[in-house]
Amino acid sequence: MSPTDFILWPVLAALLFFTRKQALMKPLLALTLLLLYNRFCSPGFFDLEIKEGHLYGRLIDILNQGAKVMLLALGMSLVIATGGVDLSVGAIMAVAGAVLAQGVAARGWSPATAITAALGVSALLGLWNGLLVAFLRIQPIVATLILMVAGRGLAMLITDGQIINFENPSLVFLGNGYFLGLPFTLTLVLVMLGLTAFLTRRTALGLFLEATGDNETACRYAGLPARNVKFLTYVFAAFCAGLAGLIATSNIKSADANNIGLYLELDAILAVVVGGAALTGGRFHLLAAMVGALFIQTLTTTLYAANVSADIAPVPKALVIIAVCLLQSPVLRPKLAKLLAKKERPA
Amino acid sequence: MKRPDPRLLPTLASLGVLLLLFGLGCLRFPDLLSPRVILNLFGDNSCLGVAAIGATFVILSGGIDLSVGAVVAFTGILVASLLGHGVPPLAAFALALLVGTLFGTLMGWLIQTFELPAFLVTLGGMFLARGLAFIIHPQSIAIEHAFYADTLPGFSLHIGSTTNAAGRAIPLLLPFTAVCLGAATLIGTLLARSTAFGRDIYAIGSSESSARLMGVPVARTKILVYGLAGFMSAFAGLVDTFYKQSGNPASFVGLELEAIAAAVIGGTLLRGGVGYIPGTLVGVLILGLIQTLVTFQGNLSSWWTKIAIGGLLFVFILLQQVLSKRKA
Repeated sequence: MSPTDFILWPVLAALLFFTRKQALMKPLLALTLLLLYNRFCSPGFFDLEIKEGHLYGRLIDILNQGAKVMLLALGMSLVIATGGVDLSVGAIMAVAGAVLAQGVAARGWSPATAITAALGVSALLGLWNGLLVAFLRIQPIVATLILMVAGRGLAMLITDGQIINFENPSLVFLGNGYFLGLPFTLTLVLVMLGLTAFLTRRTALGLFLEATGDNETACRYAGLPARNVKFLTYVFAAFCAGLAGLIATSNIKSADANNIGLYLELDAILAVVVGGAALTGGRFHLLAAMVGALFIQTLTTTLYAANVSADIAPVPKALVIIAVCLLQSPVLRPKLAKLLAKKERPA
Repeated sequence: MKRPDPRLLPTLASLGVLLLLFGLGCLRFPDLLSPRVILNLFGDNSCLGVAAIGATFVILSGGIDLSVGAVVAFTGILVASLLGHGVPPLAAFALALLVGTLFGTLMGWLIQTFELPAFLVTLGGMFLARGLAFIIHPQSIAIEHAFYADTLPGFSLHIGSTTNAAGRAIPLLLPFTAVCLGAATLIGTLLARSTAFGRDIYAIGSSESSARLMGVPVARTKILVYGLAGFMSAFAGLVDTFYKQSGNPASFVGLELEAIAAAVIGGTLLRGGVGYIPGTLVGVLILGLIQTLVTFQGNLSSWWTKIAIGGLLFVFILLQQVLSKRKA
């Protein structure tokens, strides 16, 4: 038993016990099971040490590395809640990184200017996505496919096809720094999560989002600005992607337009689905999506801890996708529920 | 004069774009007009073409298949590995096609039976096939088999001859990969236009519930469509081994997107129910021609290809949108 055990398990147990939200229950349970597996099968997984006032260890790595997917999942949750999907977030990450690195390294911008420019460009790309989906009424998969294909080209155009390195300390801090002993990226995620949760759950915006996903036509007849709501979600998703892109770029201190954010759009969608949202829209749960993102990151870290090569890692991931799909299948779900109910009755 | 079917317009438009691109290209690079370049345009893009035809069927039925690129890479490394272990080529090909078909059918079965989103299931299929490819062999394997070295070149079609600069006659060969692409297009077109299966696909893509009420075997057809796409992906993998004489588990990342793009540019509506197999061939040739033009230009970098394809996608999606609105 280590001090980590005394803190982690009671917290998880308390969360599982006290959560009244069905949506949060399942991803939390999945995460707990995965962590339990690691507790017994991956020695050293829970080791934490304090160096120079900072916490280090695999758990901290999961939080730090998971920050990107968590940010993407925030934006993706809202997009999926309206019944859409955004395939372009990975490419937008690459564009944001390219703008940041090019601005600082080649143009000599200050970090603040470069960050503002990168986030601004990301939001502009989201504007484009939103325009196509909400106002030109193009299917989301198709509309965002355009940027997914062209976005990386755009990023390479900005960096001139080079991998641009930078050493600016403020920018390096963004992805590698520590705040209050924890990775700074975590602070960023918490701030964004708090902001999003406030905007969607303390204002009517969340209701609008779910209503739009449920039935857009009915929504418009009821006088809700369904199109504007849809439009905004894409801008927001792109903004989150921009932030994630800044972190990814800062992590490796360079902009690599080919690889930054590659396949992360799929991880983000997966995180939201593990978090219990249906791809058909109509509901979202931010915390559950965050837990979903942590689950995926923990899975990746578990595989690395078990010395599974990065090339083969997609296989277990695929099995998770299929399992999650099956658990949420409209055909299988009632049967499973019946099966569980039968088992409980004799007791 | 009879007006053409409005559903044909996007395909006709893409044919126009292909000819326009080619014409402009010829003005700038007279070498583009040489028969060899044109033949290679077919040969070099045959793998994408075969895969895109499979993807078109899925899209026509209203679904989507994200596993294409991974299955192509999986087949390539499977065949290369089997041949390396001394399995006779035809048996290896048959096994690869069987595995691809079964893989697709399994995904279709999951999608249909459990009412799962095709997007997620085929995403899982993509991860699975990619991982399995690396499990078979983590690096690229070169194929050094007599069949590939001696027999395959003999399958190239001799379609005439031309004279080189020295005035000597050299034969013009249509590469075997292009023959495969031609066969796939022909059979695909016949399957889509002239069989009950093809009509069922169009019916389901237009409206699944209407199709069910009309007595179309919806479940069987949808599962078969994914099986067909798996078969075509595996066939595309075979064609690629003919082309490159090797298998590589890391290859063809993102091929599924190119395949979808080719189908859309060729006039297939992503909503399903509207589209033409020859249109997809035109879409593939446009993508290939853009690549060739960027190469010919020399000083343009490869990322312009991506931007150009993205731009074309946008134009064609917009065109489809305008046409479907006018109809409504």
